[in-house]
Amino acid sequence: MLSLESITKTTQDWLLAKFTPTLALTIECVIVILLAITLFAVLGLVLVLLERKVAARIQIRLGPNRVGPGGIFQTAADTLKLIMKEGLTPDTADKFLFNLAPFIVMMVAMLLLAPIAFAKNFQIWDINIGVLYISAISSLSVIGILMAGWASNNKYSLLGAMRSGAQIVSYELSAGFAVLTIVVLTGSLQISEIVASQENGWWLFKGHIPVVIAFVLYIIAVTAETNRAPFDLAEAESELTAGFHTEYSGMKFALFFLAEYINIFIVCAIGATLFLGGWMPLHFGHWEGFNHIMDYIPSSVWFMGKTFLLIFLIMWFRWTFPRLRVDQLLNLEWKYLLPISLFNLLLVTVIAIMGWHF
Amino acid sequence: MYNQTEIIKDTTELGPEGELVVNMGPQHPATHGVLHLVVTLNGETIKKIEPHLGYIHRSIEKMCESLTYRQFIYVTSRMDYLSSHINNTACALLVEKGMQIEVPERAKVVRTILNELTRIASHELWIGAMAMDLGAFTPFFYAFREREMITEIMEDTCGARLTMNYIVPSGLMYDIHPEFQTKVKAFIKQFKEKVTEYEDLVTGNIIFQSRTKGVGVLTPEDAISYGCSGPVARASGVSCDMRKIAPYDAYDKVEFDEIIETAGDSFARYMVRVKEMNQSIRIIEQLIDNIPEGDFVGKTKNVLKLNKGEFYQRVETARGELGVYVVSEGGTTPYRIKFRSPGFSNLSVLDHIANGSKIGDLMATMGTLDLVIPDIDR
Amino acid sequence: MFLKDYIVDVYKGVSSLLKGMRKTGYYFTHSKEIITEQYPDNRATLKLADRFKGEVVMPHDENNEHTCTGCTACELACPNGTIKIITKFDITPEGKKKKAIDAFIYRLEMCTLCNLCVAACPSDAIKMAPNFEHSVFDRSKLTKILNKPGSKIKEGIE
Repeated sequence: MLSLESITKTTQDWLLAKFTPTLALTIECVIVILLAITLFAVLGLVLVLLERKVAARIQIRLGPNRVGPGGIFQTAADTLKLIMKEGLTPDTADKFLFNLAPFIVMMVAMLLLAPIAFAKNFQIWDINIGVLYISAISSLSVIGILMAGWASNNKYSLLGAMRSGAQIVSYELSAGFAVLTIVVLTGSLQISEIVASQENGWWLFKGHIPVVIAFVLYIIAVTAETNRAPFDLAEAESELTAGFHTEYSGMKFALFFLAEYINIFIVCAIGATLFLGGWMPLHFGHWEGFNHIMDYIPSSVWFMGKTFLLIFLIMWFRWTFPRLRVDQLLNLEWKYLLPISLFNLLLVTVIAIMGWHF
Repeated sequence: MYNQTEIIKDTTELGPEGELVVNMGPQHPATHGVLHLVVTLNGETIKKIEPHLGYIHRSIEKMCESLTYRQFIYVTSRMDYLSSHINNTACALLVEKGMQIEVPERAKVVRTILNELTRIASHELWIGAMAMDLGAFTPFFYAFREREMITEIMEDTCGARLTMNYIVPSGLMYDIHPEFQTKVKAFIKQFKEKVTEYEDLVTGNIIFQSRTKGVGVLTPEDAISYGCSGPVARASGVSCDMRKIAPYDAYDKVEFDEIIETAGDSFARYMVRVKEMNQSIRIIEQLIDNIPEGDFVGKTKNVLKLNKGEFYQRVETARGELGVYVVSEGGTTPYRIKFRSPGFSNLSVLDHIANGSKIGDLMATMGTLDLVIPDIDR
Repeated sequence: MFLKDYIVDVYKGVSSLLKGMRKTGYYFTHSKEIITEQYPDNRATLKLADRFKGEVVMPHDENNEHTCTGCTACELACPNGTIKIITKFDITPEGKKKKAIDAFIYRLEMCTLCNLCVAACPSDAIKMAPNFEHSVFDRSKLTKILNKPGSKIKEGIE
């Protein structure tokens, strides 16, 4: 059966046979870069369209339906428009930082792509501290946002950036603790091992209630970390017009926009990997026939399915809830989420030590 | 010219105490029109709010002075465009008072029903806009779905959706549509089904409650001294419903409660409006089957001339007390006309109640004051 | 006690959020609730209320006759000078001079559609029509002459 695993293997064998190892590696790198950029573009287009369609259905509307069948080319047309627009830089802005900021945000999103296992043995870099790497890199995106807010020389941008700074730094904690529960249970930081440990059942099912709590906390924390409603205080269009990207236009704005959606994809992919078994098919203990049928579905489909399920959940949040206030946001983190996640981590540790999980 | 202006190179124009002056509006998503707020901030905390008006001044009062008593009614639809029927009613009542014309019972009842439908439509739109101010987009569409039924009823009967101009001195411009009663009943049925959605989506929502409870508290004393009226004052425990105090049209014949909350915060203002919609439904239910037969317009002369003197008529719009004051010299046009709009007084309280709160609270407070800028700035 | 309140708080908050999500989830899964009207596509079926005030028109019968006497009641009733009536004198077959309209000029761009002119008309010569697609590229096209060329007043209307 043609799978992503076999394609990568054939490609590598062919490259190694034709070229010297160094050249082969270089060519592989180029291929990976091209694939990553393509994935970004495609994901951006798909996710924006998906969001608009989900929003429309929830809001009893039809959503984009004019460009292409069912409006599928709407986002492509929008991108074309954004590319053609003038990228305005305010006169009093710090020009270097202003132009740098969108690329930093984008770069952080790109770096996060490295350790994600898209399918069975289909991973850019299976680093042995994968989870740590993700936690470390994802907190860098706040630099880009702060930079954008400060360099714009706009009061709304500054307020938005400061809010975003406080928010991302706080919610890193809960997200980190939620990730740690899985690390405690697995005993490894490596993504491939975490996925492998879920072969006979996803952690969400076999980790008892503490892992379910950790999962909920993770979803809340990453919603906040990606600046999505109800935690979209950095943008808060009814308060700060557009928050930190008020002054951005054209393709620079598009980069922020794209990075937001890529970040959602990445955090959902990580959530799917940690709690829902990554590319592992759904298996139930002794239902041999069922498990066998599930194995026939390609691993990449499993991974994408789980990720998009989580993305849909986050979109569902956005179109249901009002926005929190900035002090309530921090209250929620420090008074509710953090104590709960600390207690939860303790519980999970006890479970892991006693070996109570399945 | 531009080059001569000194550009401040600092990122922020810091005041002596580290204050930040932010211009919210005239183009801002939350000011619902061209309201310009000069907000002085200390971090996220509001220190001072200064509303600037004048961006949508059309000198309606002066315009009305050159229009006849038949003509000036249509202009008032453009003041508080969400309760245009009620504005028109106020003017028609004033002319009727000034000329001592008797209005047919049928016209009175239809006016009352239309006024209450307008009130519901206004509150529906407000719920949507308010939720949107707080970041929830979806209730807006659900609220507009119900509002659409009302605008369709208006379209059938009055021929327009927003600026109806259906009410003329001594009655109505033409009779109600034959399907008016069935459509209103269908609306009442759907409204009663769907009103629980706001309960689920907005009222009961923990985020919404924490955003509005205890935010922008207005004491009854302040409400009176600032001249607040309508739901804003009633949420502070001040009884000020013109439909009860000075009944007009058919309001003295119907039973309804004046909704009064005592908390005075944004959530109380929200609840007053939600409950008021139910009371409006109650009024309509009492009247819709009992529209008396007869003329829809009384007999009047072609040219209306008010008696010499001063006349004042007040009605309860969706936002509060609207007063129309006319000085007549006995001619065909008013000598001087003055509108006492509810929004202006309600806006004046904004600095007082939002001071010291966060920017997010300002949106909640401003949202529950239910400001319609063309009403504030005529 | 403190812990109990804390847990009750969390439970109440989460359940209120889930209630809202159930509502939006219901609408997401029920496509029959969609209320969008696809306007230019549904032109054929779109029916406006028969009383809808879209613009002022002057109905003509099959003999190209209208009922406007040129009394200028509408011109006087109009609050913002939308209507201008130019009259002329027709010679009737008996040789008498008779006042008739030369041009009933109606400026749609100034009209607020308040219906006062229609209400003022003593001979029901004008009425409101439910047309709403008024966009044109040139503003001068909005100034219309409502009486058709060659039309004349119906017999017996004074």
